[in-house]
Amino acid sequence: MITARPPLTTIAAIAAAPILLLSGFAWAGGWIGPPRIGGGTIADALESNAGKHEGYRRAHAKGVCFTGYFDASGGADALSRTPLLRSGRHAVIGRFSTGGGKPFATDGRNVFRAMALQLTGPDGEIWRLAMDHTPIFPVATPEAFVALQRAARPDPSTGKPDPAAMKAYLARHPETRAYQDHIAAAPLPDSFANSTYYSINAFRFIDGAGSAHAVRWAFEPEAAFGALDKAALASLPTDHLFTDLGARLARGPLRWRMIVTVAAPGDRTDDATVPWPAGRRRIDAGTLTIARAEPEESGACRDITFDPTILPDGIALSDDPLLAARSAAYASSFGRRAVEAPGPSAVGKTLSQKGR
Amino acid sequence: MPHRFPLAIRLLHWTMALLIIAMLFIGAAMVSTASPAYASLIALHRPLGIAILLLAALRLVLRFATGAPPLPADLPRVQQRAARGAHILLYLAMIGLPLIGWAMLSAGGYPVRLTAGFVLPPIVPRDALAYGLLRQTHGLIAFAFFALILGHLTVALIHRFVRRDGVLETMGFARAAALDPELAEPEEADEPEVEPAETPGP
Repeated sequence: MITARPPLTTIAAIAAAPILLLSGFAWAGGWIGPPRIGGGTIADALESNAGKHEGYRRAHAKGVCFTGYFDASGGADALSRTPLLRSGRHAVIGRFSTGGGKPFATDGRNVFRAMALQLTGPDGEIWRLAMDHTPIFPVATPEAFVALQRAARPDPSTGKPDPAAMKAYLARHPETRAYQDHIAAAPLPDSFANSTYYSINAFRFIDGAGSAHAVRWAFEPEAAFGALDKAALASLPTDHLFTDLGARLARGPLRWRMIVTVAAPGDRTDDATVPWPAGRRRIDAGTLTIARAEPEESGACRDITFDPTILPDGIALSDDPLLAARSAAYASSFGRRAVEAPGPSAVGKTLSQKGR
Repeated sequence: MPHRFPLAIRLLHWTMALLIIAMLFIGAAMVSTASPAYASLIALHRPLGIAILLLAALRLVLRFATGAPPLPADLPRVQQRAARGAHILLYLAMIGLPLIGWAMLSAGGYPVRLTAGFVLPPIVPRDALAYGLLRQTHGLIAFAFFALILGHLTVALIHRFVRRDGVLETMGFARAAALDPELAEPEEADEPEVEPAETPGP
């Protein structure tokens, strides 16, 4: 049927269709147009600061698994329809960690610490919580997070961040300065067990009638507070916090009360750097009991990504832009470490050296 | 010999074409961003993927049951074989890509949440390495699928505008008489045309 060479216009028209589609795809994927911050960008920024530690989380690399249970009091039942907050006991898998991307960092240098939880409901629904021991976060957006990581990148020659870069960053980000002031002033808990862990971001509880309630939450410890001497942090044993946790659990289970704080109209739900004023309605939603800790090698937490956007029906995302960013960054970190052989954890290594 | 695919297949083809292109764009976009769009896109990606899987399964059954119109007899054998291979690959991608996505989330311990309160069960056991490999495979196949679709589209247009052999029309909705573009002109001239301005009044 084909008789002659088709005219150029026909060839151009035929080529236009796939070229248009390809251009659209390239635009959708961010390969053309202004540079985008994706989960991979955040993971890259973390790697470039801490170094690449294959097989480990790109943030909160040093951690230990634990198991326990959550006894929901039913106190938050009126705010959320999730069965996980209805009166009852739910299994918990979790992880304590210190901040940063170095799996064998010394605890005295890593003052930032976190508790991550996975609650499993009666119907199999899963709720993941990734909480930090500071009520506010240093940045409000993924852009600021990446900028902060870049400003804090250690200079290879000195091993320290460039003070000029940090100064320039802080000039643009007073919220990070406010966070640093808070960290400097607040006493530093001397144990994972007596730290309060905050949701960082706001979430929405959806009640049985479908109404949304903006909330934050915190897990407040039963253990008595004790503070670390900030002047002596450098002399703290490398795995101090982890050793302390093991010793405490050997004496008995540890408990936290889950306190849900309900926002008042006008409270910011889209900015994790801004604390809510005192005097907000507080609801005791239940008690977390941690029964035992296990090194990541044998524990159940290592291969879980504690993505705080994995929520049961009845709990929903707020407009906080950090939530999607955490989800994207954790997914990128998980994707990377999953194909790298997992290495030993600090706790597991110490135990195996002791001959367990 | 049928001149074109049955109506159900044609409707499925074009519906799925839109869904799959949208899906590939959503997939590329969601990996590129950590903005709030990431959460929205991923929430769309999962149910859309399962919808494509169901439609593809239905289409495969229909396709086996009804067959396909023959390719033009003058099409060289190597091209006939290439067409057959490409279509097998397209079906494999339509069914395989959502299944790999589902398996990947299962292996990674992510709930496959379609809508509020509706979570699909895992289809493979938890395994981090499997998650990582499936995730890479999911991405690679998605790119290959997109390349295949671009090729499919280009070849369809060549059939329509260069060879003019009626192959694209087998997936079209034109009336049967208009299937052959050579015949279309005179056929259309026979259609009653409304020309009120030029029709003199009685």
